[in-house]
Amino acid sequence: MTTTGVTDTAVATTSAATDAAEVPTNADKVTKKPLTMAAALNSAMRDALTEDPNVVIFGEDVGPLGGVFRITDGLNRDFGEERVWDSPLAEAGIIGTAIGMAMYGLRPVVEMQFDAFSYPAFEQIVSHVAKMRNRTRGRVSLPIVIRIPTSGGIGGVEHHSDSSEAYWAHTPGLTVVTPSNPADAYSMLREAIKSDDPVIFLEPKSHYWMKQDAEQTATPAPLNKAVVVREGTDVTLLSYGPTVAVALKTAKLAEEEGLSIEVIDLRSLSPFDDETVSASVRKTSRAAVIHEAAQFGGYGAEVAARVTERNFYHLAAPVLRITGADIPFPAPLLEKFYLPHPERILSAMSTWEWEV
Amino acid sequence: MSLIDETRDTRVLPDTEPFRLIDDTGNAVAAKLRRGFTLPDIDTLKELYRKMVVARRWDTQVTALTRQGRLSTYPSSRGQEACEIGTVMAMQENDWLFPTYRDSIAVWTRGVSTSEILSGFRGDWHCGWDPKAHRVAPQATPLATQTLHAVGLGTAAKLKNDPIATVAFIGDGATSEGDAHEGFNFAGVWQAPTVFIIQNNQFAISVPISKQTRARMLADKAVGYGMPGYHVDGNDIAAVYVVVSEALNRARNGGGPTMIECLTYRVEPHTNSDDPSRYRDSADVDLWKGRDPVERLEKYLQSQGALTDELRESIAKESEDAATAMRDAMNEEPALDPMELFENVYVSPRAALIEQRDALTAELADASTEGKAS
Repeated sequence: MTTTGVTDTAVATTSAATDAAEVPTNADKVTKKPLTMAAALNSAMRDALTEDPNVVIFGEDVGPLGGVFRITDGLNRDFGEERVWDSPLAEAGIIGTAIGMAMYGLRPVVEMQFDAFSYPAFEQIVSHVAKMRNRTRGRVSLPIVIRIPTSGGIGGVEHHSDSSEAYWAHTPGLTVVTPSNPADAYSMLREAIKSDDPVIFLEPKSHYWMKQDAEQTATPAPLNKAVVVREGTDVTLLSYGPTVAVALKTAKLAEEEGLSIEVIDLRSLSPFDDETVSASVRKTSRAAVIHEAAQFGGYGAEVAARVTERNFYHLAAPVLRITGADIPFPAPLLEKFYLPHPERILSAMSTWEWEV
Repeated sequence: MSLIDETRDTRVLPDTEPFRLIDDTGNAVAAKLRRGFTLPDIDTLKELYRKMVVARRWDTQVTALTRQGRLSTYPSSRGQEACEIGTVMAMQENDWLFPTYRDSIAVWTRGVSTSEILSGFRGDWHCGWDPKAHRVAPQATPLATQTLHAVGLGTAAKLKNDPIATVAFIGDGATSEGDAHEGFNFAGVWQAPTVFIIQNNQFAISVPISKQTRARMLADKAVGYGMPGYHVDGNDIAAVYVVVSEALNRARNGGGPTMIECLTYRVEPHTNSDDPSRYRDSADVDLWKGRDPVERLEKYLQSQGALTDELRESIAKESEDAATAMRDAMNEEPALDPMELFENVYVSPRAALIEQRDALTAELADASTEGKAS
């Protein structure tokens, strides 16, 4: 706890475990305990509940069951019904009541069971959560964390694999973040709960059982900062959430071909860390952004535009987007054709003109 | 969960005959029809009358200013004074009100200043007052969303063991919204200290209640949510006041939520840009004007010899003072600071917003320079 604040809460693992050895860290202090992202998130909420009596957790099945992904495992048992409880099955109701609670001084951490199940709450989030502070001239802040399991890769049935970040990131008033590894999952959720601004916290569900049994960063990056997770000189790959692991695999493959790829984990989608991204792009002069969501009007469009506007004269090639196709998320047996993968990224980069 | 209290039987449908204590003609109803409620004492009734008259003057003045084009829009509360004033007067200081755009006189009677209320209608900011200072949430425009906020705030208070209640105003049309269902249901399940006041003014802009619901009446819905439901004559402030008072007391004492349908009528157009002649009969409007809530209580007070010249004069003066104060407020130019647009979007300042603010500053400086040059 003193080094990372992360405990080793036991959480059942599944075969969907992701290779976490890919995630590099530069810790000065370390813990050696294996830790899944699920356990890290659980610890973050447990520690927040312990430290701040105003933190409450509610949502569908988050009580005795511990959520369908078991992220709130044991919290209802240990903190009781008045801190952690099951709500009725109604997402607008969950967010709407969280708003009232936050107006009265609580700090609700609510769960949307799956990405696409958050859409009934769209109005409450966009018209109220995002705007309350501004419309009341700063008199009413809403310190709400909306946890949303996001994206595909677990063979989910229809409506269980959406990447909804563009909707949220487009909305002024929201902070939108997504961790890509257990250490960040802990530190970012802790920071999100402490934030007086409402935070959309996107949890890559394919990474819930990702283990990080190497080092953990003792002093994690701030919530609003992007991080260079692999240094390189030829290309900058901009990734977040589930695509960070994809970018790192791509970099490893490219290395064998003599291409040096720098990988950035954006972490915070709104605000966007222009500084870290521009510094990298100016070094490498080439950039591509990777996400699971469909391309048209997607988050990658914003990234490409910002990178180009700020670094046009440093770029040797257009900024590429390697994303899901402009189609609804496929049925489970077809998702492998949709999700960005290293070969597709390498192939896209081969369309650039390369000086010999 | 511990928020649940299953001690009351709430399986009884409300009476279809709206509950009233004073009838259309201004006479107190027979004691056997009062369903166990007591007519408020004469001093309370005089105070309710005073507040209604003054609020109507205030509302009339805002409507006049809107017709003059000095406000961009104003949905009048006229005809609904008994619902709105009766409810607010039943509230205690620490209770919270969650109003809609129709409920400006409720907000004003709750103590929010005229200029703060008119901010939104005049267009200088969205919500002009400090919700926490008055315990009045911003007026809801996306209707029915506020029911959930009221339930959430009430539940938070309950978790903190604060004996307060919350009031959510909602109209007949908005009961069709999904959020209304979720608000009622969460309140029932969590036994939130929330009183839902459904002002059934019979129209959602142009759409009559018959096109909103097949239910016998809106108050019937309460049974389905496991809460007491009341069907009240919304033009009888005495009835509204006693029923809301009882519901609020029950809520503050852990008895859970209540749904109160107040049957009334929107005698004015929806807003200044509406044309009611396209969808309703003026005879219907005249009929309801004859059931005016202010005149009804006035007749009763007269019959009791309680409406003295002194009281009339004092109310008339207070009304004119309110109208004068409003005109004065409107004569003050609102302070518009374009730089404020970038404030309070986030607690933590953002580089992108600072850049955009600086760009606007430069744009304004350029425009100013060009203006001087030409």
